[in-house]
Amino acid sequence: MTLDKIWVFCEAGDDGVATITLEMLAKAREVAGTVEVFCGGDGAACAAELGDHGVTAVYATGDLDGRMKGVSVASAVAAAISDGSVAAPDAFLLGTTYDGRDVAARLSVKLDVSVLSNVVDLRLDGDRLVGVEPVFGGTLNVTSRFTSGGPDIWLVRPKSFEPEAVGGSPAEVVDLPVPDLGSTGGAVVRDRFTEESEGPKLDEAAIVVSGGRGLGAADAYAMIEGLAKQLGAAPGASRAIVDAGWVPYSYQVGQTGKVVKPTVYIACGISGATQHLVGMKGSKNIIAINKDSEAPIFAVADLGIVGDVHKVLPKLTEALESR
Amino acid sequence: MKVVVCVKQIPDPADPGALDPETKTLRRNVKLILDESDSYGVEMALQLVDAAGEGSVHLVSMVPNDEVSGLRTALAMGADSATLISDEALAGSDALGTSRVLAAAIERAEPDLVLAATESSDGYTGVVPAQVAELLGLPSVTFAKEIAVEGSTATVRRQTEAGADLVECPLPAVVSVTAGVVEPRYPSFRGIMQAKNKPVDQLKIADLGIAAERVGWAGAGQEITDVAEAPERAAGEVVVDEGDAHERIVAFLDELKVI
Repeated sequence: MTLDKIWVFCEAGDDGVATITLEMLAKAREVAGTVEVFCGGDGAACAAELGDHGVTAVYATGDLDGRMKGVSVASAVAAAISDGSVAAPDAFLLGTTYDGRDVAARLSVKLDVSVLSNVVDLRLDGDRLVGVEPVFGGTLNVTSRFTSGGPDIWLVRPKSFEPEAVGGSPAEVVDLPVPDLGSTGGAVVRDRFTEESEGPKLDEAAIVVSGGRGLGAADAYAMIEGLAKQLGAAPGASRAIVDAGWVPYSYQVGQTGKVVKPTVYIACGISGATQHLVGMKGSKNIIAINKDSEAPIFAVADLGIVGDVHKVLPKLTEALESR
Repeated sequence: MKVVVCVKQIPDPADPGALDPETKTLRRNVKLILDESDSYGVEMALQLVDAAGEGSVHLVSMVPNDEVSGLRTALAMGADSATLISDEALAGSDALGTSRVLAAAIERAEPDLVLAATESSDGYTGVVPAQVAELLGLPSVTFAKEIAVEGSTATVRRQTEAGADLVECPLPAVVSVTAGVVEPRYPSFRGIMQAKNKPVDQLKIADLGIAAERVGWAGAGQEITDVAEAPERAAGEVVVDEGDAHERIVAFLDELKVI
C-alpha cells in the first residue's frame, strides 16, 4: 500500500536542486506512487535533474519578483487546490529550511491542517504516513501521525534520507500562478547578499570543527577557523557562542541550527548540551576536546581528549601544518 | 510604536522533564522559565521603541496553568505589560492551535509590529510566527538578523542559505528574530521590583472567542503513536591530555584517512 501522490517543496540554487529536496524525493518515491514538486521560481531549470530523481511534474510559480517565497508559494498552492486546477496530494514534504518553514506555516493555515516538524524518518503505517521526531537531544524518538483529514504537512530535517537518482525523463513544467497576496504580500526583497565562505559548506563538509563556550572568548574562535582551514573542514559552533554573538547563526550546529553528519566531527570546548547533540550525533566519527571530564559530549565521542582547547588546538594545527 | 513580543515559558532546558514510562507522555510538571530564545525579541523590541522615541512593548504568551515567572523576567527587562492566556484547555496544543490563540490575543493589542523567536527551545516547530502572520493577514519576515523601523516601514536583514536578504516590509508585520543578534539586557534590581506591579492581563480562551475543541489535545490535528528510547551511541577512548594529546588526534584522523 502506497500513497497516491506526494508534493515535495523544491528549493534550488546556482548549483542545481538543493540536497534536502533530493533527500525528500528519495523517501517520497518509496511511499507514494506519484511524486511531484512545487517551487517558487523557475521550474524549467530544474526539470531535468528532478526527472532524474523520479519527479513527473514540477509546479512552478515563475519569478517572484522579490516577493517572499513563503507566502507566495503557499498562496499559489492553496489557490490551485481550491479552484480545482490541481488535486490535493496526500502529503506535502518540505525541508526544515528558512523558506520551507514559511511555506509550511502559511499552507497549514490556508488548508487548516496541522504541521509536524523536525521529522527524521517517515514510513507508511497502513494507508497513512507516520513520522519520527527526535526530542530531548535525540535521546527519545517520538512517532506521530496526523489525525486531521489531510493533506499532511511534514517538515523534514536535512540529512534524514539519502538522495538517489533513478533516471527518468525531465519533469513536465506546470504553471502555478501566485494569486493576489493582498495584505499578506507587502514584504519585498530589495537586495540579496552572498556570504563568501572559502571552505566547504557546514552541512556538506566531510570534516566539521566546532567551537563552544570553552573557547572562553570570541577571538579564540580564530583557533577553530585555523584548524578548519588546515583540515579543509567547515567551522561550526554551539548555540551558546551563537547566542553570545561570537559567530553568526548560520554557524550553529544543533536542534535550532544545522544538522551535520560529516565523516569526522571535532567538538572543541563544547560541553554537549542536548540542544547540540541532536545536530551532530549522527556524525560517523566524533572527537571531543573539553576540560571537564564529566562533560556529556564524551558520552558520544569516539575519541575524547580531556584537556584545554587553548593548549591542544594550537599544537594540533601546527602538527597538521608540518605534515 | 506598539510592539508585541510573543514569548514562551518553557521547562528549564537544563532540567526539561522526563518521559513517563507508563503513559508515554512527557512529564512537564516542572517550573517554567522564559525561553532564552525569546529574550532576543524582547531586547529587539525595547531597542526599537527606544530608537523610535516613543511606544511600548507588550508581551503575549500562553500556558496551560497560571505560570507567570517567565513573563516577569521579560517585564523586568523593560517590557511594559503582558497578556497571558492561561487555560487548562491549552494543554497539548499543536503549532496551529498555539498560533490561533496568540493571533487572537495579538489582534486585541493592535500592534504596529509583532516580534517572535524563530522557534521555541522546547517544541522547536519553527512555524508559529508565519502561522500567526497568516491568521492575522499580515506580511512576515522570518529569521531576522537586523530590524530598523522608519515610519510605517520595517527594513529587515533576513538570514538565507546563501547569506542574507534585505527585505522591506510595510507595518504592521510579523518578524521572527534569530538568537544572538542583540545582547539581551539583564534585568536590573529596579526592573525586577517594577515588574511585580506591571499589568498582566490573564485571559481564558473563551475571552478570545476560541472554542476549546480548536486548541489543546482536542484541536491538535496530530497524535503521538509511540515514544521510544533512541539507540545510544557508545563512548569510545578517552585520553587525558599530558601535552601530547594532539598526536593521538592526528593518529585518529590518519586511521580514518581524512588527512
